[in-house]
Amino acid sequence: MEKPLTGNFRADGEAVSLSEYERSGGYQGLRKALLLTPAEVTELVKKSNLRGRGGAGFATGMKWSFVPMGKDAPHPKYLVANADEMEPGTFKDRALMERDPHQLIEGMIVAAYAIEADIGYIFLRGEYERSYECLARALAEAQASNYLGHNILGSGYRFEIHLHNSAGRYICGEETALLNALEGKRAHPRTKPPFPQVSGLWGKPTIVQNVETLCNVHHIVRQGVDWFRGLSKTADGGTKLYGVSGKVKRPGLWELPMGTPMREILEDHAGGMRDGLRFRGVLPGGASTDFLVEDHLDTPMDYDSVQKAGSRLGTGTMVVLDDQTCPVGMVWNLEHFFAQESCGWCTPCWSGLAWTEKILWAMEQGTGSTRDLETLKFQTKFLAPGNTFCAFAPGAVEPLQSALKYFAEDFRRHVDEHRCPWRR
Amino acid sequence: MTVATIFIDNAPREVNPKQNLLHVCLSLGYDLPYFCWHPALGSVGACRQCAVKQFRNEQDATGKIVMACMTPAAEGTRISIADPEVVAFRAGVIQGLMQNHPHDCPVCDEGGECHLQDMTVMTGHRQRVYSFGKRTFRNQYLGPLVNHEMNRCIQCQRCVRFYREYAGGHDLNAFHLRDSIFYGRHEDGVLESEFSGNLVEICPTGVFTDATLKHHYSRKWDLQMAPSICVHCGLGCNITAGERYGTLRRVVNRYNHEVNGYFLCDRGRFGYEFVESSLRIRHPLVDGKPATRSEALERFGAVLRKGAVIGVGSPRASLESNFALRALAGPDHFFAGVPDEESRLISAMVRILRDGPARSPSLDEVEHSDAVFVLGEDLTNVAPIMALRLRQSVRQAPMRLAAGLHIPEWLDHAVRETVQDAKGPLFIASPYATKLDDIATATYHASPDDLARLGFAIAHAIDATAPEVIALSPELETMAAKIAAALRGAQHPLVVAGASCRNRGVIEAAGQIAWALCKVGSPASLSFTMPECNSFGLALMEAPPLSEALRTVRSEPVSTLIVLENDLFRRAPANEVTSLLRGVQHLIVLDHLGNPTTDAAELVLPAGTFAESDGTLVNNEGRAQRFFQVLNPSTDVQESWRWLHEVSVAAGSKSMERWEDLDDLTATIAKEIAAFGALPKVAPPRSAVGKIAREPSRYSGRTAMLANISVHEPRPPQDPDSSLAFSMESGPGPVPSSLIPFFWAPGWNSVQAVNKFQSEIGGALRGGDPGVRLIEPSRESVWQYFSAIPPAFKSRSGEWLLIPVFHIFGSEELSRHAQGISQLLPRPYLALNPAEASLVGAKAGGRIKILIEDSQFELEIMLRADLPRGVAGLPAGLPPFDGIQLPLFCKLASVGTEFSARGVL
Amino acid sequence: MLTAEERREIEIKLADYPNKQAMSIESMLIVQRHRGWVSDESLGDLSELLGLSVADLDGVATFYNLIRRRPVGRHVAMVCDSVSCWIMGGERIRDRLCSRLDTTLGETTADGRFTLLPIVCLGACDHAPAMMIDGKLYEDLDEQRLDEVVARYK
Ligand SMILES: Cc1cc2nc3c(=O)[nH]c(=O)nc-3n(C[C@H](O)[C@H](O)[C@H](O)COP(=O)(O)O)c2cc1C
Ligand code: SF4
Ligand code: FES
Repeated sequence: MEKPLTGNFRADGEAVSLSEYERSGGYQGLRKALLLTPAEVTELVKKSNLRGRGGAGFATGMKWSFVPMGKDAPHPKYLVANADEMEPGTFKDRALMERDPHQLIEGMIVAAYAIEADIGYIFLRGEYERSYECLARALAEAQASNYLGHNILGSGYRFEIHLHNSAGRYICGEETALLNALEGKRAHPRTKPPFPQVSGLWGKPTIVQNVETLCNVHHIVRQGVDWFRGLSKTADGGTKLYGVSGKVKRPGLWELPMGTPMREILEDHAGGMRDGLRFRGVLPGGASTDFLVEDHLDTPMDYDSVQKAGSRLGTGTMVVLDDQTCPVGMVWNLEHFFAQESCGWCTPCWSGLAWTEKILWAMEQGTGSTRDLETLKFQTKFLAPGNTFCAFAPGAVEPLQSALKYFAEDFRRHVDEHRCPWRR
Repeated sequence: MTVATIFIDNAPREVNPKQNLLHVCLSLGYDLPYFCWHPALGSVGACRQCAVKQFRNEQDATGKIVMACMTPAAEGTRISIADPEVVAFRAGVIQGLMQNHPHDCPVCDEGGECHLQDMTVMTGHRQRVYSFGKRTFRNQYLGPLVNHEMNRCIQCQRCVRFYREYAGGHDLNAFHLRDSIFYGRHEDGVLESEFSGNLVEICPTGVFTDATLKHHYSRKWDLQMAPSICVHCGLGCNITAGERYGTLRRVVNRYNHEVNGYFLCDRGRFGYEFVESSLRIRHPLVDGKPATRSEALERFGAVLRKGAVIGVGSPRASLESNFALRALAGPDHFFAGVPDEESRLISAMVRILRDGPARSPSLDEVEHSDAVFVLGEDLTNVAPIMALRLRQSVRQAPMRLAAGLHIPEWLDHAVRETVQDAKGPLFIASPYATKLDDIATATYHASPDDLARLGFAIAHAIDATAPEVIALSPELETMAAKIAAALRGAQHPLVVAGASCRNRGVIEAAGQIAWALCKVGSPASLSFTMPECNSFGLALMEAPPLSEALRTVRSEPVSTLIVLENDLFRRAPANEVTSLLRGVQHLIVLDHLGNPTTDAAELVLPAGTFAESDGTLVNNEGRAQRFFQVLNPSTDVQESWRWLHEVSVAAGSKSMERWEDLDDLTATIAKEIAAFGALPKVAPPRSAVGKIAREPSRYSGRTAMLANISVHEPRPPQDPDSSLAFSMESGPGPVPSSLIPFFWAPGWNSVQAVNKFQSEIGGALRGGDPGVRLIEPSRESVWQYFSAIPPAFKSRSGEWLLIPVFHIFGSEELSRHAQGISQLLPRPYLALNPAEASLVGAKAGGRIKILIEDSQFELEIMLRADLPRGVAGLPAGLPPFDGIQLPLFCKLASVGTEFSARGVL
Repeated sequence: MLTAEERREIEIKLADYPNKQAMSIESMLIVQRHRGWVSDESLGDLSELLGLSVADLDGVATFYNLIRRRPVGRHVAMVCDSVSCWIMGGERIRDRLCSRLDTTLGETTADGRFTLLPIVCLGACDHAPAMMIDGKLYEDLDEQRLDEVVARYK
């Protein structure tokens, strides 16, 4: 099975160097792209059916096509790699950056070329210090080898990349909040429309793209649309990094064809549940996705199928709930995170999540009431998409709303028994 | 205006498609709750309170919730306000907002005029479900004007949006995140913005409240209120004054689309406290001793019988009072109580506006200018609301960029993020750096003469037939060309100047630029600031200046001088004033605060302030505006014109006999002075309108508040001059916009009730904005370019040109005596360029000796690198220098040395 | 006063952005790398250097959790409190750490050796529970390994 994203990873966990990278075909995608027009590159990506790996699954080529092009387009245009990876349960972008940093850089240059961007930023999570070192080294190498700079490989195209340290906060991963953070401001999200493609960083056209998404781009150019679509088991092109954490035998991260069934990932790759534990549910794509349960185990892990099952593919990194772990406690932990990270801009989010967290904590302490259960239900509707300013809050209540559905009995018991049945 | 049809709960409605749904719903009179949106600040979609259901088409029965403030009112839009799901959502938002709110309405200053209260009732949220702890904050000391109570915060973002984004302040911010954002300063301290008081009205709940009101608190519903005009600068912002128990309690903004819109400056909002100052004169004084009303009148009559009288009027007194004095003394013996130079400058400004083609814009028009040149003015300190308006004007040109991306103007943050730091052309040429410089395209700091030269050069660059400035430096040539090009290229260019530099060249140069623009076919406007609230009105009376009074006293037998609401010691050097006073046997002064002039008077009559008076003021635009009495004084205080009328009638004069009330008086003025022909139209006559209550219908204690004096309910005082009644009872019929005593509508107890009085939200008041313009540009072009261009300023060795430096708190006479503001006055200082300071061996913070004419002072040094060479600055209007008429040359010496005959050292 | 080194690092990074506002976060991080935290005095210095008000900077500083406005100990241990670590016994690790160092999250040990802070998901979920000390990631923690790791920091 082909693994374009992780195939080059070294066994010792160190970062792939420039020469190693070049030996395995590195920067060939870029060379090829520079022979095409930007429009042709975008067209390839469109046809490849690459969908954004940051969580929303928006078609990447389509997004690029909204960027104003040509002589009258405003400049500088920006390309931003979203390397903020803060969604609890997610650990895929870090691996890509620490182990094969040139791949992200090449992907960025090709993407930038397609939208005629002038400046790139890698918006990097502050805690990812190792990633910073790997990327900084790789950027210097790329610069020295003329993959970046004034006249890339003699093509006349000019592009530079800067590494930006974030100072924390999950909301910075939301692409418009990210722009405010990059501008050195408080990171609350921005009004859409206008979309960043038209008016983004410093008011200029900007594309924000997830690290994993970008890592695919040059492969598409180098090896073609058909090859890329052939990697996948579904209509969405390419492979996907899937991860599993929780009490499975072998937690880990694997590059597999897009659309690999959940059961195969959990059982074959992660080795199934630890001995003595039973599977109760899973967050299929990080903390802000709805729980799926036993019935859904055969769902192919692609955007549309997971959606049909009632959740979202999200980041494709799964968090498994076992039968010895309290679902209410787990949801409390999740909502604690979301309440803490709410940017505070819109009322439903800051008020609703703070209240939600308090109720869940009270339930864990044995002081929850039936009325609290009503309030929890109310909050899941109150924070529905469209009601809040951005997608943070609706994402935040996804695990809660599904937990209330699938683990209703557990919530009931917390209220009736005035204690958490899992805590002794 | 194009009109779109939208459907609100299935009813077709015609709306302005350039606006958002919240704006149009409110304009149509719907009660749709909101918090973060403000008509002047636009939409940011933060609070989520204005939710409505939007449907794709007639068949769509599900719909989706959208924020009305974030959704354009596009043709065919279908929404529901009443849909049960969205009604429940809106109640949910209030429930969320109230989660951390302390529910402390009974002890909250905002209670009874709280937008949060109103909206809570409007959404129907009445049951508290939340039972956990609330987040609490430590409050900050923000200075003597604004009080801070953070626990009441609902995180609507309005305060920081107003303070930072709208008003350009930097020291207030949002800190932290989630449900515990703190809005305040980095550390305790006085808010730096001159517009901080607007937080009181911008904040929809009781976080920021009026700290001055706290000293004599009263609920809004218990205030007796009246429409009034701010007396603290020449812009004439409209205010609502509130009274209880005979004392003035506070001032809030009174919306006038053309003038002040939604905002006041801090001088205007908090200056009112002078009315209750300890210097207040409440009873007549005869020979320095308290006297009864009849004693005073008797003395007045006796003095009048003794011989000829001259009257000195005042730019801070109403037209009516000035006119009454003019009538009493006779037009030949009535003098404008302003220094000669100022009088000449103001007359020049009036002439330029009247004789030339350039029109004086309203402040709303100022805001919509797309290229501005400010010549010689420190607007933030002289005409603060104009500065605030100009802060918005620089957004006009960049807004076109956003429009090109189809971002509507009201989508505030989207516009700001797209436009970023781009600003339209604003050029400031002033003697020293001003607070508006931060948004200026370019600035030029120079002596007044050099400023004038730049101005004339710009005019010449616009129209080559305007006289050329000889020997202009190449840099100034370039700058002039750049400014000229920006003004010529604009759709609505504006030139701003005024009398602050006390330089005629500056004023003429400003006129020259505007005229040159008009000549080349540009619709230029020309705005002059005015030093005082009725400078313009007094100028229209065309009375000779103060020195003429002295001449008259010297050349004619004059026995009595009557001074109207004027401290002559601020108008001329003390020796001149003294010789004027010595030239007469009797000095009669009508004023409201004790000052050196009242101290010298034989008879002092307690004049009403704006709060106790009715009258008319003419603002810098030339707009006559009426203010109405809010307070019925229990003392002898009354309008100056009424005192004068009474005396003259008692003395048997026929001329004033017919003045039964204010309407008679204004009619007389209109008849006698052509410039005031429109005066009776400023507000409808009393006969034309039924009674209008000054007291809200919930006014409490009417029968009990004076029970400690008498248990009989007293008859409410009668107002002889206006339709406004000192009572709770109103007649039927709508209230004319100029007479609205306060904004209130059912369900709308806060200041935001103004929504219900506007023809369109953020637009004109229904029935038109108050005020009548008395001056329009001449239609026939008989004007001619000025040709007297001053030579370049040369600094003199051993002498410094002393110019006034303006302070929002301190330079104005009355507000200085307001209790809150008095804590914020600058200490007297001398400002010098560091290079100049080193010439006299002075260091920052050190002291220096200064010789002005023949008086010596010792002063603290303030180094200002922005001051031009050869120039020194003195705080304007601040004692002990308030009588010195700047600019003039002074000498400096370091402390300890003596002034030599030749000057320094 | 900012040190020459701090100024130099800030100058270098300034070149990455079109204006100084964009440096507000990075400049505070630079100061913090040198001093462990950002004091009021540093805020004042940065305010002067970048032409931003202290309130501007503090508004930003208090938004982001990685900018510390209080002094810290010699070492900063950040314990992941997010979902995967929670499932894998993160609370036990946290409690152990607190009791061993005799302090609580958000506090500094009396001897100034450690400051303990909670942190959100460190992207090490397949090796939970995890924590980070002075920027170095420690994974697959149990009580014994925790003790070993902590002992390395004096
Ligand atoms: C609250 C929130 C947090 C997000 N965090 C991240 C993140 O850490 N990394 C990421 O790539 N995308 C994140 N996203 C998605 C981004 O907004 C954006 O859609 C994505 O970066 C686009 O890239 P893609 O099209 O390549 O997925 C987040 C979205 C939301 C609403
Ligand atoms: S949903 Fe609202 S408060 Fe929450 S993160 Fe988005 S904008 Fe901020
Ligand atoms: S008023 Fe519309 S979201 Fe606040």
